[in-house]
Amino acid sequence: MILAGRAHKFSDDVNTDYIISGKYKFKTLDMKELAKHVMEDLDPDFYRKVAPGDFIVAGANFGCGSSREQAPLAIKHANVAAVLAKSFARIFYRNAINTGLPVLECDTDGIEPGDELTVDPAAGVITNRTKGTVIPAKPLPPVMIKILNDGGLAAHFRKYGGFNFD
Amino acid sequence: MGQTIIEKILSSHCGRTAHAGEIVVARLDFIMGQDGTSPLAIRAFQEMDGQAVFDPDRAALVIDHSAPSPNEGVSALHKLMREFAREKGLHLFDIGEGVCHQLVPESGRVGPGSLVIGADSHTCTYGALNAFSTGVGSTDLAAGLISGQMWFKVPETFKFVCRGTLPPGVYAKDLILFLIGDVTADGVTYMSAEYTGGAVTALSMEGRFTMANMAIEMGAKAGLMEADDKTFAWLGQFTRRQFTPVSADPDARYAKIKEYDVSSLAPQVARPHRVDNVCPVDGVAGTPVQQAVLGTCTNGRLEDLRIAAGILAGRRVHRDVRLIVAPASRRIFLQAMREGIIQTLVESGAAVVTPGCGPCVGTHNGVPSDGENVISTANRNFKGRMGNSNAFIYLASPATVAASALTGQITDPREFVKQVTA
Repeated sequence: MILAGRAHKFSDDVNTDYIISGKYKFKTLDMKELAKHVMEDLDPDFYRKVAPGDFIVAGANFGCGSSREQAPLAIKHANVAAVLAKSFARIFYRNAINTGLPVLECDTDGIEPGDELTVDPAAGVITNRTKGTVIPAKPLPPVMIKILNDGGLAAHFRKYGGFNFD
Repeated sequence: MGQTIIEKILSSHCGRTAHAGEIVVARLDFIMGQDGTSPLAIRAFQEMDGQAVFDPDRAALVIDHSAPSPNEGVSALHKLMREFAREKGLHLFDIGEGVCHQLVPESGRVGPGSLVIGADSHTCTYGALNAFSTGVGSTDLAAGLISGQMWFKVPETFKFVCRGTLPPGVYAKDLILFLIGDVTADGVTYMSAEYTGGAVTALSMEGRFTMANMAIEMGAKAGLMEADDKTFAWLGQFTRRQFTPVSADPDARYAKIKEYDVSSLAPQVARPHRVDNVCPVDGVAGTPVQQAVLGTCTNGRLEDLRIAAGILAGRRVHRDVRLIVAPASRRIFLQAMREGIIQTLVESGAAVVTPGCGPCVGTHNGVPSDGENVISTANRNFKGRMGNSNAFIYLASPATVAASALTGQITDPREFVKQVTA
C-alpha cells in the first residue's frame, strides 16, 4: 500500500494531551467526535485543514504522556494516513500499530509544511515529491509488521486466538 | 553475560534467558485497567471474540479518573465497566476506593519479581516494589485479559546512582524532578530505569513510589528498584504471599550509567508546560498561585499528607488560593483521619475531594480558570492537562505545595520545615 498526501508539521514532544485532551476523551467512545478535537491545543484549525490521506510530521518523542489509545484512534479518524517522527514514545508506538495507524521513525528535518509526500509503510520509504528527496525509515520489528499486516492486534487475536509470531 | 533486573524478570516469565533487544512473549502476573482506558479495552475484547478473562484473580478494573462521575457520558462508560466486571468475575474498585496505582500495591497481588501491565502510563509505579510493571493501551490490555500474555521488546537499562543524603525539606519528588530535568523527557525512551544508591535506599516506600511513578516522564518503560527489608515490611501489611527479590548481576550490561550526589539538592519545580522544564525553587519563587493540589498517584500517600499537614498546622491557606486535597486511597484517607491530618488540613482551609485522579487529569474536581497558576504534586504539567489550556501548572513536592498555599506564591518550604522540626 502506497500512501500519498501533504505534510502537517509539528515540533518535538507532542504529548497525548495535545493529540486529544483528557477533557474530551473520558466522555465518549465516539472516535469521530474525538477526531474533531485532534491536535486542538497546538493548532485549533488542524481538523479542518487536514485532507484525507495527509500526514502528521513531527520531531522527537511523538505521543509522550498517557497510555490513551484514543490518541492514535483520533488521528486515524481525522483521516490522517500515517505519522512520521524522529522518534515515538513507546506506548503510543504500540497503540498505533495495534490499532492499524502506520507510524514511521525517520529524519523529518527536511520535510516542510505542505510538502507532498509518498509513503510506503511496509518498505519503510518516504519520498518527498516537493523536494525530490527519498527518506529511509527505521524498519519496524517483525512482530509489529505481523500485527500491522493482520490488520491490527484485534484482528490478529481473532485470527489466532492469541499471540502468534511463529 | 550478566542481567539487569528487567532482563531477569522478563526471562523468568518467558521461559528462557533473555537479553536487551530480544522480543519475548511473557506471562503476566497482574493486569489493571482504569476508567479512561477500560471502555475501549472492553470494545477491543469483543472485537477479539474474547470469551473469558484468562484468570479473573489476576486482573482488576478501577474507576478513579472521573470518580464520582461528573456527567452522563462518563456514567455510561462506568456502567459498561461494572457490567463487564460482573460478567467476567473481575474485581472492580469503584468510586471512593482510590487511585489505581495505590490500590494495586495495596491489594498485595504485586511484589518483587512480578510482571504487570496496566492501561495507564503511570503503571511503572510498582517498580518501587521491584516489579516490572508498565503502561499499555486498551488493545494490549484486552489481549492480556484474554491470553494472560504480552509481547515485549526486552529494553536496555539506564542506571541512576544517587549517593549522599537528601537535605531537610528536600524529598523524593525533588530528586525525581531533578533527574527528569537532567536527562529530559525522552532521555530514557525505550529503556528501563534502575534507581540505585544510598539516597534511594534511604527513601521510605512512599518516596520510592514517587520516584518509580515518574519514570515514564523520562520516556522509560519501567522505573525499578531493588527490594529490601522496607519493601517486605510494606508488603507484609497487605499479604502473606512470598516473593523472591530480583537484583541486577554485577556484570549486567547498561546502556547508560549516571551518578549524582544529592547532598546539596534544593527543592525543585517543573515549570509549564513540560515536566523536564525543571529549576530549583529559587528560580520561580514569588510566582503567584491561585490553586494548590495535594494528592495524585505521585504524592497522595500518608507521608505526603503528613508533611503538608506539618506545614499547614495552625495556619490558614492564603485567601487567594484554593487548596484541593485528594488522598490516594480510602485506606490512606482513613489513616489520615485517625492521625488528625485531615482535621489539620481542613482547618487550614483545604477542600478535600474523593480519592481519585480528577484534579490531575482535568476531568472534574478543580479545573483552573484562564491565566491561573496552579502548583501541584502531580506528575504532568502539559498545557490543558487540568482541563484548561490557558492555565499554567507547576509541579513540586507536597512541602513546596503546602508552603506555597500558605503564602499565595511559589515558596521554598525549607523555612517552614525548620519551624516544624524545631
